[in-house]
Amino acid sequence: MTELLQYEFMRRALLAAVLVGLVTPVIGTFLVQRRLALLGDGIGHVALTGVALGLLTSTSPVLTAAVVATLGAILMEMVRVRTRTSGDVALALLFYGGIAGGVLLIGLTPGASNATLTSYLFGSVSTVGEQDIWIVGVLAVGVLAVLAVFGRELFVLCQDEEVARAHGLPVRFLSILLAVTAALTVVIAMRVVGVLMVSALMIVPVAAAQQLSRSFRVTMGLAVLIGLVSSLGGLTTAFYSDLAPGATIVLLALAVFCLAVLVGGVMRRVTRRRTPAPLHPVAEGPADTMPQTDRGG
Amino acid sequence: MSAQFTEDGAPSPDTPPAFQAVDAHAAYDGVTVLDGVSLDVPAGQTMAVLGPNGSGKSTLMRAMLGVVPLTSGRILLHGTPLRRFRDWRRIGYVPQRLTAGGAVPATVREIVASGQVARRRRLSLPTRADRAAVDDALATVDLSDRAGDAVRELSGGQQQRVLIARALAGRPDTFVMDEPMAGVDAENQRALARAITHLRDQGSTVVLVLHELGPLEEVIERAVVLEHGRIVHDGPPPEATGECARPGHEHQHPHPDPNDPDPAHATAPSEMVRLEVPRRD
Repeated sequence: MTELLQYEFMRRALLAAVLVGLVTPVIGTFLVQRRLALLGDGIGHVALTGVALGLLTSTSPVLTAAVVATLGAILMEMVRVRTRTSGDVALALLFYGGIAGGVLLIGLTPGASNATLTSYLFGSVSTVGEQDIWIVGVLAVGVLAVLAVFGRELFVLCQDEEVARAHGLPVRFLSILLAVTAALTVVIAMRVVGVLMVSALMIVPVAAAQQLSRSFRVTMGLAVLIGLVSSLGGLTTAFYSDLAPGATIVLLALAVFCLAVLVGGVMRRVTRRRTPAPLHPVAEGPADTMPQTDRGG
Repeated sequence: MSAQFTEDGAPSPDTPPAFQAVDAHAAYDGVTVLDGVSLDVPAGQTMAVLGPNGSGKSTLMRAMLGVVPLTSGRILLHGTPLRRFRDWRRIGYVPQRLTAGGAVPATVREIVASGQVARRRRLSLPTRADRAAVDDALATVDLSDRAGDAVRELSGGQQQRVLIARALAGRPDTFVMDEPMAGVDAENQRALARAITHLRDQGSTVVLVLHELGPLEEVIERAVVLEHGRIVHDGPPPEATGECARPGHEHQHPHPDPNDPDPAHATAPSEMVRLEVPRRD
């Protein structure tokens, strides 16, 4: 472990990994709750356009990615509400626009190559510079602060948008706030795992934690723990075995998910055996928490 | 009649109506759903909104809370126009849902406590009073022993009770419940009826969208029947007679022709009132 810390670039990489492991599962819990698990993916693609813009104009790609991803998130939220496009179609529009814009702009950048593109698509944590770390750190603090202040309202919003309205909550503001926070989280995680795998760190730890928990709070806590273990463990493994760090982190998270499914299954079986009378089984399948669009019967 | 209810619990003759709809119109995709509904719900009243599917009863309730926008007309909550209304802690809303959970697991207690979102300040920890309100809400719907369980492990009827407890936890004095009895078994229906009776006895305003009066028949003081977005009956609850009046009657037989109700079934004193029956869907 000490060997790891000898290198300046590894110290920065580990710090970035800690921030990513900490922040992504927290926002991911809200996104999964809201059934917007792929939002991070869509924003990731848009962030690529931002990165390319940064390279083209010789400004910090992380900074331009933050700006473009934020605008993309707001745009997507507006498309979702205004045009009655379903969430997944709005996301798809974003996916393609973002990736095409990114590839186009990087092609225009003198000196940028496929290697540059690849480093942002799949992450290159070892090239994280000091300025990157500062930006990522500030963003991480910002994201956690937003979630601490608005967490209760976001919980209600993600649980049931209609109930949130009936509580008088500013639904549109909160929706955009969540999308923008997700966008900034994508930018935080982008350098570590790359825009194509950013969403994995938001979703996979949450999916794993769900298997083991019956409460929202515990799910979030466990997801953070799993996120930290995956990002630090993956990075260390990648260092010693000379593997791609981003992919190693994501695969480690997926391995934890598989383990959680097994452990969760055993746990449920044990609980069921302890409960004498079987509970009314709830119909499987996703609970519909989005506003119902029936004609008000 | 229940006493009118104010913040300090004292009856007041000047209390404005809990809900006021003035010539309310609403539409989805250009199709009229509410067609000039005017309605006052005095504070402290327990009222049912009845009507067939598509009559606009659910839309009326949602419009009264600003969930659905009006195309014209006005809504006042406790005497304040909806747009300027800020006292959301007074409102408890029970949506029409089959399940209380989201995609992430949540305990019964977490869901119930989230009903306090309108009255708790940001970044504040729950006070002793907040926790007591959650305990009371759970006790009222008879779910205290399930507080730590995941909501998704509960039956549909129990989840419906969780949603009611969530509305109770904010200690509001005005409730809107959208078909709280739908898909709920008889035992859970009775538990719900007890909880609603308890609210009425406290002096709360309770507006319920209902399929049928069922075990709530005793509690309801007034019934408004909607049809094609208009009020066609406003007064005492339509009395069920004959077979439908028998206690425990489930009212699950389809009426062969809605325009020609079987005389043994629901009739109202003033005009023909069609009570909704579950459809084939």
